[in-house]
Parts: sequence; structure tokens; C-alpha cells
Amino acid sequence: MNVINKAQTNTATKNPCKLCSPFGASLVFKGIRGTIPILHGSQGCSTYIRRYFISHFREPVDIASSNFVEETSIFGGEKNLCEALENVNKQYNPEVIGVATTCLSETIGDDVPLFLNDFLKKKGAEPFPDIIFVSTPSYSGTHMDGFHAAVRSIVEYYSRSRQTESSASLISQAGKSVAVFPNFVSPEDIRHLKQIILDFGMKFVFVPDYSDTLDGATWDKYKKIPEGGTPKDDLLVLQKISSVIEFGDSLDGKDSAGKFLGSEFGSKRYGLGLPVGIDLTDNFLNSLEIISGRKTPDKYIAQRGRLVDAYCDAHKYLFGKKAVVFGEEDMVMSIARFLCEIGMIPVLCASGAKGDKMREISQQLFLEYKNEIIVRTKADFVDIEEESEVLNPDLLIGNSKGYSLSRKLGIPLVRVGFPIHDRFGASRISHLCYKGTQELFDRIVNAVIAKKQSESVAGYTYM
Amino acid sequence: MKNEKKIEPDGEVLVEDILAKYPPKVAKKRNKSIVFNDPSKDQPIQSNVRTIPGIITQRGCCYAGCKGVVLGPTRDIINLTHGPIGCGFYSWLTRRNQTRPGPKGDNYMPYCFSTDMQDDNIVFGGEKKLKEAIQEAYDIFHPKAIGIFATCPVGLIGDDIHSVAKEMKEKLGINIFGFSCEGYKGVSQSAGHHIANNQIFKHVVGLDDKKKKGKFLINLLGEYNIGGDAFLIEDLFERCGLTLVSTFSGNSSVEQFANCHTADLNLVMCHRSINYVADMMEKKFGIPWMKINFIGANASAVSLRLIGRYFEDEELSQRIEKVIKEEMPAVEAARKEVMPHTKDKLAMIFVGGSRAHHYQELFAEIGMRTIAAGYEFAHKDDYEGRKVLPDLKVDADSRNIEELVVEKDPERYKLRKTSEELKKLRESGVEMKEYDGMMPEMVNNSVVIDDISQHETEMLIAEYKPAVFCAGIKEKYTVQKRGVPMKQLHSYDYGGPFAVFKGAVNFYREMDRTINSKVWGLIKPPWDSVPEITATFVLE
Repeated sequence: MNVINKAQTNTATKNPCKLCSPFGASLVFKGIRGTIPILHGSQGCSTYIRRYFISHFREPVDIASSNFVEETSIFGGEKNLCEALENVNKQYNPEVIGVATTCLSETIGDDVPLFLNDFLKKKGAEPFPDIIFVSTPSYSGTHMDGFHAAVRSIVEYYSRSRQTESSASLISQAGKSVAVFPNFVSPEDIRHLKQIILDFGMKFVFVPDYSDTLDGATWDKYKKIPEGGTPKDDLLVLQKISSVIEFGDSLDGKDSAGKFLGSEFGSKRYGLGLPVGIDLTDNFLNSLEIISGRKTPDKYIAQRGRLVDAYCDAHKYLFGKKAVVFGEEDMVMSIARFLCEIGMIPVLCASGAKGDKMREISQQLFLEYKNEIIVRTKADFVDIEEESEVLNPDLLIGNSKGYSLSRKLGIPLVRVGFPIHDRFGASRISHLCYKGTQELFDRIVNAVIAKKQSESVAGYTYM
Repeated sequence: MKNEKKIEPDGEVLVEDILAKYPPKVAKKRNKSIVFNDPSKDQPIQSNVRTIPGIITQRGCCYAGCKGVVLGPTRDIINLTHGPIGCGFYSWLTRRNQTRPGPKGDNYMPYCFSTDMQDDNIVFGGEKKLKEAIQEAYDIFHPKAIGIFATCPVGLIGDDIHSVAKEMKEKLGINIFGFSCEGYKGVSQSAGHHIANNQIFKHVVGLDDKKKKGKFLINLLGEYNIGGDAFLIEDLFERCGLTLVSTFSGNSSVEQFANCHTADLNLVMCHRSINYVADMMEKKFGIPWMKINFIGANASAVSLRLIGRYFEDEELSQRIEKVIKEEMPAVEAARKEVMPHTKDKLAMIFVGGSRAHHYQELFAEIGMRTIAAGYEFAHKDDYEGRKVLPDLKVDADSRNIEELVVEKDPERYKLRKTSEELKKLRESGVEMKEYDGMMPEMVNNSVVIDDISQHETEMLIAEYKPAVFCAGIKEKYTVQKRGVPMKQLHSYDYGGPFAVFKGAVNFYREMDRTINSKVWGLIKPPWDSVPEITATFVLE
């Protein structure tokens, strides 16, 4: 085996495979009940980010802005931020306001924590929504760095806040609860994870939980803030929860929210890879068995059985097929492991992230392979395209931005992750656990079969 | 959706209700941007003013207007974003402006180039990285032109994109120029349109004197080929015998911009984003301009006839009449077909620069009434007409946008029409250099709101229950959540084209489907409409 690690080779990024950090923070804020995010910068950031969320989730997404203009950029954004806080509060009556910075406010060096402190001091005893701050300079890292930073900010904020009466009553149940930091997964994935934990007889606190806010029903009357999201009272319990599951290989060794709860409150952290495939899902359910003291419910044993059965049945279609996987590093690594399980070769694993962990894991992960596996970090789609032209893959697994490559190479793109703006139902794409993997697996098999069928001269209907 | 009730809400009460939700200072400011229209009067409306922080706007930023809107649809220039990755990513082929690849197949629109600035570029400056990125773009594609677009941090850290552009232009021997379109400039994307157009005017227009063959040479300004509109318009021009020199900037190329000064008439479609270019071209090259509108079958016919009369050529006018005659039967047939389902229904349009005005034509053609409309980023003249221009005050935000000083080009200026001829045209009803704005053409007591907020949108919908609400993707799902059909008029909701005659047919049918789809009837579950007590005791 030979794992070739490659980092960025060019100066310019062409067709990027990453988004900016305020995006990730805004997404996390959408998963806290009654929250309106404010991006501290020029209004374009909010507009662009809303537009991108909306084209993927097809749901209302309100993100406010402190609307910098030229003089704000020179004299600082305190006045604008305070005005934005007041106006958001008055219009939306939110429970929480999430404030994230942008490259503009970071470049001019706005001391936002100080602004917020002064703002709340002036408010005195007047009640005001909780304000959670996260620093997300867009010139650092990717959207996932903004995502994880926001999760940590929220967790820190509430585990240091005073308990409310209603949260105190929840604390007695905290022993049977598990905190889950699910990483950037689909609303359907979050719903599935929640169901699994319930089936283990436990309660949960998800940060974030946008399974309803970004995939909700029609309304009978207008709602300023969509229903759903993790309630504040649940967040206040976080410090009492003894077990934390944190998904994402990349967070290992980082100052994550899970680490914080571990070091501050002695919670046990289960750092797991996103549960795609048998092995990673087994890990997850094992952890739940340990935490809950219960056996895995039969329902999941049956799902596992069906998935393995499907692996066997479709092996003939997939064995030895080469895939290029791209997107967020944690999703890429989990899908790569799953591909290894089903006899496919992830010939190229690529992410726009710095990806130290991705490089490290891949060294061990692909040991068994005779083939070369290329791992590209800080990659853009031009890199991915150049590699792919040589690798001659059978299919692509990643987001909609891979479509032009798929078209160029004449191979299918199985859509996972974000953004998916050229297919319908992105919110309901399953990636996780046996059931989610089953759906993903079926899609991969069918993509391979469909290609074979459409290219067959005889036009077989029996594949 | 039924619109049987025709009770007009009391305007004053509605405005009071809307404003009650705002803090007093905000209410006072928003009040000036809301008008109950009376076309018989001159009513002032506040527009092109900064959005209040925390009031969620649908507006974009200066960069978005510059890079995304104006230069977005131009195929043969590499657009290089100088900044952190987000801005480049978000403006990467998202507007559905289409293009045909050039004769050599050059089309860089599917590419997103960014310097992807990192921490150290912010601290130590990004000019070196920018130069390397330009070199790289050149090495890969050998383009004719490269545009550099500044994002927020660029101006603040003092990177001089213009001197980098100049240096690289000399080095590589291709046209390279910069746009100082930092996101915080101006009050909306409108500032970006202006910066984009100024730079194109300065760095490209007039570079190529080669004259296209053809008797009637025209430019189309302010048409961005969303959903393929420009393809239909181009086809129509060709059939009429009109030669299109350049379009700003749907289905366009830098090459076309370079010799646009050889045309004899400028047609202005989106007044907001381009009227100043038309003015500059008239001053510098002597090309007169007229406002036209190719949205709506009737409007298209009127516009074509105006062009015919401008050129004062009998053969051209006859050819135009022939084309209109060919097109109208299909339009009439479609109108007849949908009219019974659309007549007397209400529409609301909050979009654009000019679309909120133009699309009222299409709705009127199928018997629908536009009861509320407003622009996202337009200025006072787009609402009230160019008559307000002399009295417009230049505020701090407009002052930041460069106004080019233009003089007669000593070699390229050519008088197309003498002032006598223009006067005669005007007297015969061919208005040159005129635009009356949206408000005089709207019905009495309709609501006009500039830069409408989410909150105001909700109030309007609750009050009027329109059959369709038109805006952009950011409003789309909020409106539809409540069972009100919503049509995107920025991106056409994956439909279109809607321009000229064939586009009108598309629009009529699409509105019929949108408004009368059965899905709207499924939103209320049957148990919601069951009377309170229907159960009876089995044993009594």
C-alpha cells in the first residue's frame, strides 16, 4: 500500500471545496431553539450565506447583519452591533442571539466580547435574550472550523450559566442523558440519531439540532422563528451530563466542545468517527451500550443484518470499483472507511480543509490496500479534476459542486454532504448508521448499475 | 388560493400596524419608504438608503452587484476574487445567467477563482499572492482579460489591486483591471453595478473600432440573460433585421464591450443598473438611448416599434410589424387559455432594479393586478421617474462611488441624430432618454415599499392574501410555508425564459400552474375543518 499525501500546490483556489467560517457558525445557531444569528460585518455575508442555506435546505432562514458601511469599517462596528441587537430583539423576540464575526470585523479588530459586555451592562436589569459570541474570521480555516467553534461557544456559555428552575428539574434526569455533538450532517441524520438514543432508553442534548428548523412542515400561521432546535433548558444541563458523544475524527486532539466538558466537568468523551458503514456504526452503538447499560435494541441488529446482507448481494457490482470522495474531511474519512468495507477503492480522498487528522488517519486506514490512495488536503476542484483524470474513477461521491467533473468524465456523482443544489431533498438524505448507510449503499450500487445499463448496447432491462 | 374578497385594506391602518413592531426611530425611517400609490400625484418615496442594522434585508453587497451581477454573465473574462474564500464561493455561478460559449469555446463562467486569503495575507498584505494568482490564471487559460474583485478586507489592509493590475497587464500583455467593490461600500448591490460598469467603460469600451455589418446597429443595456431571456431577444432582433453589437451583460463577451461604441442606438432595459452607462456613451460617442422593455408581449411590441421609428426606415418598420404578427397568435392563444384561471387575482412583486416594474406588464396581460411592489436596490428615479434627477441629493454613500467625468471622444464621437431630429422624434411620441419610473404606472392605492423587510412582507401577505408573491430565493420558502404561491423573479425559479413573446407564453402558463396547483389545497388537513363536535355516543 501507498498513501500519498498531497497538500495545496497552487496559489489561487479554483473552484473551492470549502466555504467560509461564519457559514458554519450560522448553521449551528439554527440548531438552538429560538435563535437568530447576527453576522457582524457587511450585509452581503448574511445575504450570501442565507442564499446558500436556502438553496440546499429549501426552508426559511433568517440571519441578521450589523450592516457595515464605509464609516463603520473605519470607526468600528460597536454602534451598528448594538443597534442590530436591539432591532433583532424587538422584531423577533428571540430566546438567543448568536453573534459571529466576519473577515471585515476581524480585520479591523473589533473587540466584540467587550462590546457585548458594555451593551449588557447598559441594559442592567432589563431582560434581554442570551447572547452567544463566536469569533469566525473567514480567512481562517473552513466552514467546519466555524461550525465547531460555534458548538464550543454555545456549550461553554451554557455550562457556565446559572441554572433555571425548569433546567434544575431536568438535572435529575441528566444521568440518563447523553450529549451529542453530531457534526455537519443532514436533518434526517439528526432525526435518526435521536431515535436511536431514545431506543436505548436515554434522553439527549444535541448541539446543534436543526432537524426541525431546517426541515419543517408547512405553517398554519406565520412563525418568526421556525419551531425546533435544542432548548436552552437542555443546554443548561450539559455540565451535568456524564457522557458526551462527539462525531468527527478531525476533532480528536483539538480543543473541542467535548474536550471542554471533559476537562471542566469530568464528562466522559466518546470521540467517534461519523457512523457511516458497519464498523463505525458498531462503534457508536457499542458506546451507547456502555453509556446506557442496555443492549442494542433488536431493531438495529436487524438493520445491521440487512445492511450486511446487501453488502453481500451487491458485492458483484461494486468490488474493485474506484471512487473519488470529496467534501468535509470528517464525512470524507467516514465514507472512505465505508467504501473499504464494501470492496471499493477510495482512490482519492479530498477536502478543502487543512486536514492534519485526515492525513494521519489515512496512513493506517489504507494499510491493507495494494492500490495507491491519494489523500489531498487544502484541495480545490481543479486539483480533484487533475487527479481524477489520471485515476480514472468509476464514480464520484460528494456535493453538487462535483457535477461538472462528473459530466466531464462521464461518471455518476452520488450526492452527499453540502451543498446539494442540483437535486431535491437534500435535508432528507441519510448518511448515518445502518439505516442511513443502507440508503447510501443502495444509491451507490444503483448509480453503478444505471451507468452500466445506459451504456449497454443491447439495452438490458435485467441487470 | 381564492381571491374572491375584494375589500381593500385601509392604507393608513396597515402602515400603522406595520410600524408598530419597530422601535420609534426605525418606524420613523421605514415610514418614508412606504407609499400608497396615487398615480395622479407626485409622491416622494425614500429609497437607496442604508438598511438599518438588524432589520433583515434581502439586499446583497457591493461585491455581489459588481462581480456576480454585472460581470457574472460575461464569458471570456476571468473573474478573480481577491479575498477570503466565502465571497468567491457564494458568487460561483448562482444567478442562472446563461451564456453561449464564444467561437473559440472560451467560457470561464463555470470557474471560481479566488486568492483565498489566509491570516498571514491579512497581516502582511495579499498583493504578492494576488500577482501569483493572476499569473496562474493566465498560465492555465491564456484569457484575453482578467478582472480583480476586492472583498471587504482588501481595502482595509491597503492592498492596491489597481497597481497590481497595471503591473500584470504590462507583464502579460492582456487586459487586466481591478474593481474596488469592497462589500461595505454603498448601500446595496447597486453600488457594485456602478463600479463594475465604470471600470468596463474605462478599461474596455472603445478599444475596438471594427464595425459590424448591418444597417441598424444597436446595443442592449441592462439585460442579464437570466433563464435564457437574451437568447429570445437576440433571435427577435435578428428576425427584425436589427444587428446587436453588444449586450451589457447577458450572453456577453469582453470583445463585444470593446466595440459597443460603434452602435447607433442604445436600448436600456434595466434602468437602475445601467442608465449612467447610456448617458456616458451618449456624451462620449454620440449614441442616443431609449428606455425599452422586453418583458410582456405588448411591451415588447411597443418597444420594437419604437426602435423602428427611431431609425426612420420604412422597410425596418414593416419587418418589425411582420415579426410581431408572427408572434402574436401564440401569445393570444395562451392568454385565452389561462385568463379564466388568473383573471382579477392579485400579485405582489418585490425584486430588482426594474423587474418589479416590468413584470407588472405580464401580470396585466393575464388580467392580474399588481397590488404591491417595490425594489430591493433601486433609486428614487426608478420609482418616480427621471424628472427627480436634478433634485437628487448626493449623500455620503453615493459620494463613495466614483462618477466618471466623460468628454467627447475626438475620434470616435459621431452625431447620430441632431437635436432637431431628436426633438421631432420626441414630438412624435418616441421618447428618448426618458423613464417615468414605476409609480406612475401602478394602480391607484397599490402599496409601494422600498427594501421591504421580512416583517413587512408578512403583514402585506396577511392583509391582501395575494394569489402569488414574487421575489427571490431568500423569501421563497417563508412565503410558501403559509401556502402562498411564490415565484422567484431573480432566478426565475428554474423556469423561463420570460422575455418577449415566447417568454410571455411561458410566463402565462407558469403562473397558471403556480397559482392553481392542487398542492395549495393540501396544506390544511381535513380534520382541521371538521366542526368541533361531530362524535355522538354510541350508547345513549
